[in-house]
Amino acid sequence: MKFGVVVFPGSNCDDDTVYTLRVNLGQEVVKLWHKDHDLQGCDFVILPGGFSYGDYLRTGAIARFSPIMNEVIAHANRGGYVMGICNGFQIVAEAGLVPGVLLRNSSQRYICRNIYLNPQSKSTILTGGLDRSAYKIPIAHGDGRYFADEDTLKSLNDNDQVLFRYCDENGLITEAANPNGSLENIAGVTNAGKNVFGMMPHPERASDPALGNADGRFILEQLLAVTA
Amino acid sequence: MEHVEQLPTVETAKKLGILPEEFEQIKQILGRTPNFTELSIFSVMWSEHCSYKNSIVWLKTLPRDSDRMLAKAGEENAGLVDIGDGLACSFKIESHNHPSALEPYQGAATGVGGINRDIFTMGARPIAQLNSLRFGDPKLAKTKWLVKGVVKGIGDYGNAFGIPTVGGEVFFDECYNTNPLVNAFSAGIVEAGKVAKAISYGVGNPVFIVGSATGKDGIGGASFASEDISEKSTEKLPAVQVGDPFMEKLLLEATLEIIETGYVVGIQDMGAAGIICSTSEMSAKGEHGMIIDLDKVPTRQTNMKGWEILLSESQERMLVVVEKGKEDDIKQIFDKWDLHCAQIGEVVEGGSLHFFQHGELIADVPAHDLVLGGGAPQYRREYREPAYYQEFKKFDLNSVSDVKGEEIGKVAKHLLSHPNIASKKWVYEQYDSTVGTANRTTNRPSDAGVVRIRDVKRPHYQKSIAMTVDCNARYVNADPFIGAQIAVAEAARNLVCTGAEPLAVTNNLNFGNPYVPEVYWQFVNAVQGMGKACLKFNTPVTGGNVSFYNQSSDDGPVFPTPTIGMIGLIEKPENQTSLDFKNEGDLICLVGQSQNDIASSEYLYSYRGVKASPAPAFDLDEEYSLQVAINQLIEKQLVKSVHDVSDGGLFVTLAESALPNGVGFDVATMEGYRKDAFLFGESQSRVVVSVSPDKQAEFQKVLGGELKTVHALLGKVTSGGFVVDGQEVISTAEAKDLYDNSLGRLMS
Repeated sequence: MKFGVVVFPGSNCDDDTVYTLRVNLGQEVVKLWHKDHDLQGCDFVILPGGFSYGDYLRTGAIARFSPIMNEVIAHANRGGYVMGICNGFQIVAEAGLVPGVLLRNSSQRYICRNIYLNPQSKSTILTGGLDRSAYKIPIAHGDGRYFADEDTLKSLNDNDQVLFRYCDENGLITEAANPNGSLENIAGVTNAGKNVFGMMPHPERASDPALGNADGRFILEQLLAVTA
Repeated sequence: MEHVEQLPTVETAKKLGILPEEFEQIKQILGRTPNFTELSIFSVMWSEHCSYKNSIVWLKTLPRDSDRMLAKAGEENAGLVDIGDGLACSFKIESHNHPSALEPYQGAATGVGGINRDIFTMGARPIAQLNSLRFGDPKLAKTKWLVKGVVKGIGDYGNAFGIPTVGGEVFFDECYNTNPLVNAFSAGIVEAGKVAKAISYGVGNPVFIVGSATGKDGIGGASFASEDISEKSTEKLPAVQVGDPFMEKLLLEATLEIIETGYVVGIQDMGAAGIICSTSEMSAKGEHGMIIDLDKVPTRQTNMKGWEILLSESQERMLVVVEKGKEDDIKQIFDKWDLHCAQIGEVVEGGSLHFFQHGELIADVPAHDLVLGGGAPQYRREYREPAYYQEFKKFDLNSVSDVKGEEIGKVAKHLLSHPNIASKKWVYEQYDSTVGTANRTTNRPSDAGVVRIRDVKRPHYQKSIAMTVDCNARYVNADPFIGAQIAVAEAARNLVCTGAEPLAVTNNLNFGNPYVPEVYWQFVNAVQGMGKACLKFNTPVTGGNVSFYNQSSDDGPVFPTPTIGMIGLIEKPENQTSLDFKNEGDLICLVGQSQNDIASSEYLYSYRGVKASPAPAFDLDEEYSLQVAINQLIEKQLVKSVHDVSDGGLFVTLAESALPNGVGFDVATMEGYRKDAFLFGESQSRVVVSVSPDKQAEFQKVLGGELKTVHALLGKVTSGGFVVDGQEVISTAEAKDLYDNSLGRLMS
């Protein structure tokens, strides 16, 4: 399988994602420049974290209009796999590839710390094979409060589209374990086709034993089950 | 030359901060009276901030060399240390105190931007940032405004820039009410053969300005940082620059790309004193001149005057001298990143800078005479021992009653919730500490930040850089000579406790007005103490920054605060040691000599309210021996946790080791010491370690052998509760709540 990591001006997790996929997961991976019109034959496109175009207007609002995004959107519409992490989640949400929006954290402050994720959906390649009730993963964002209207929320739940919910270290989904005020502790969602994933926490930041926590690797390894 | 212009007088010079004798000197250098533009140039280049005129004589006494140094202090934008395998670590600390006092958000943000540019202008990719912050009384509304602004400024800039913030310190004292201190540190890694230099030579080589357009922000910022803060300072708001981290991120990538081409002759970021500083420093070093056409500088405003363009401190700009004929290669890279890249002139023979605007020569100045180490003045200021120094030494331990019974719990709660001791979580959770997938302390809390060197070309590379910033300014105030030694010793101790070998120092010397003899006495003694300790630990000073005039008419000078930034190397990952107690039943040992000493402790200062006492007990040789012993214990894998005793004393150290895993401890105090001194005193050179019972014999053998290190078994790790002499002083849960949440409650 060939991964592509999109580089927007202001992306700052592109190298992290490339390193993790190549060194820790042993995958083929190329960078995709925002001005390009070609996905270089990638099977799986990742939109990394960062502050694309400075995010001065609204997170992800400019990035979705970049040339490469036309290709990414077409790829997704063809059923190709796309994953947005952190700012990447904000971009796929802005582009309408996944339902809902990401609002300012309820504390009004940027938050960086380890949180725990409880895998939800049994019907996606990303989460279907995750068997633990809590994975320790870092978050680092100012705008991570997931929000969707009631109808959208209902259809997300009905169609098993919630990927992860914030939980405590024992896997319990509690209000105290919700770091940013996300609706129903939602930390990640997928689209109806279950080929586009968006999540705020950074599994690539917890995928190397050198960092003392490799829980993220279990999550990213799920993607390798996809055959090109 | 515009002869129609009225030539400036000594009065104009004074208004620009130039002394009458300096004005005479300028006339002699030029062989004529300078015009206003030229005088402005001298005023910023000879300001304290750029010329170090009141400090350089003393800074030169600091040790500056070791066999690991690749660039000595002052040679480049930042220090450069050989870490082996063809790699070097570039690192530096810099203050942004004065801008942050007026506009905390932009002041702190641009401080972060400036220090990172110093690192990547050398071709090094930044890998970590730290910061050292001082604020006034945290109960004051103004202090809260400053704290929130500074922290958000550091966070918004550093987070977007995408380099992890992995450590730092925050300290509160009313001496910083008017003058907060904001010191930002950055470290980067560069291949030793690919270091870019801040130099200009080669007649005909083009000179480019790249990055942001030049605006009127920050004009005269360097001069502004060279005077006391007053009510009028708020009128200087335009002297505070505005930061754009997005632009900085692009500039980082583009800069590293052009350096990689090999066509760059020299490059320097534009910080204090903008274009004039970069053109003169690069030219002076390369012993060449430049012709610069200011009309070609991309500007944000129309009708900017020549001196405004020259002095502007607009952020996110670089000056680049490129090999002639390679202009297009450089332009292509900046086009790719959508950044300005304008050729504004070329290198010429001779040592003069010729600035043109609207076709006229508006300034013609010799580069060498403008810069530090060239013609910039150097002064030896008068100094005098302040009266308080001897007064503080008269402190009598017996004038304070010891703690007994339940008071131990009261002091414990006071300290754990005190903003100087309590967790700085509320602050550091606003900084991205995990970007870069390199922070090795996210899941292993320790006395220093540890960042692995991650390179896709060197997968699974083993070495890490440990780094710390330290200064207990209360100690330095009590005794600058001893206090500065302690600052260096504590930094080295933090690295050693983390399993690193200390390598080198960058310093940020924050003091009051150097023209006040008592302030200058603090400066001189602190520099001497620092030099002595750096020599002992073989950690040369590679550079840094001096910030004088941290003083106001209301509050006087701040505590003398010579912040030490120190880096160390961890060659073997298994040597990295964390501070947290791991398992119930592990033995808790104190390594180092206890003292009947409570001088300058947080306990004495804020619980007992005694502000006048000397620096805590400290002996440099004893400290060094202790660090050798700790290093041995780590090398032999005999300790499961290591945490030094610092602010708050032994009890706080034990608490900080117990809290990460929610465990407890059961310890006994030792005979022959006052309880307050034993538990809360801050005498130096002590470290708490935990040892697995099966390693006890070997542990004692190592310390008792040739090392002859004083050590004592205090007790053991338990499942919960902080027990001293059989009494639970506080529960783990209550301690955790106080320690974790007190600062956040104070700020809300």
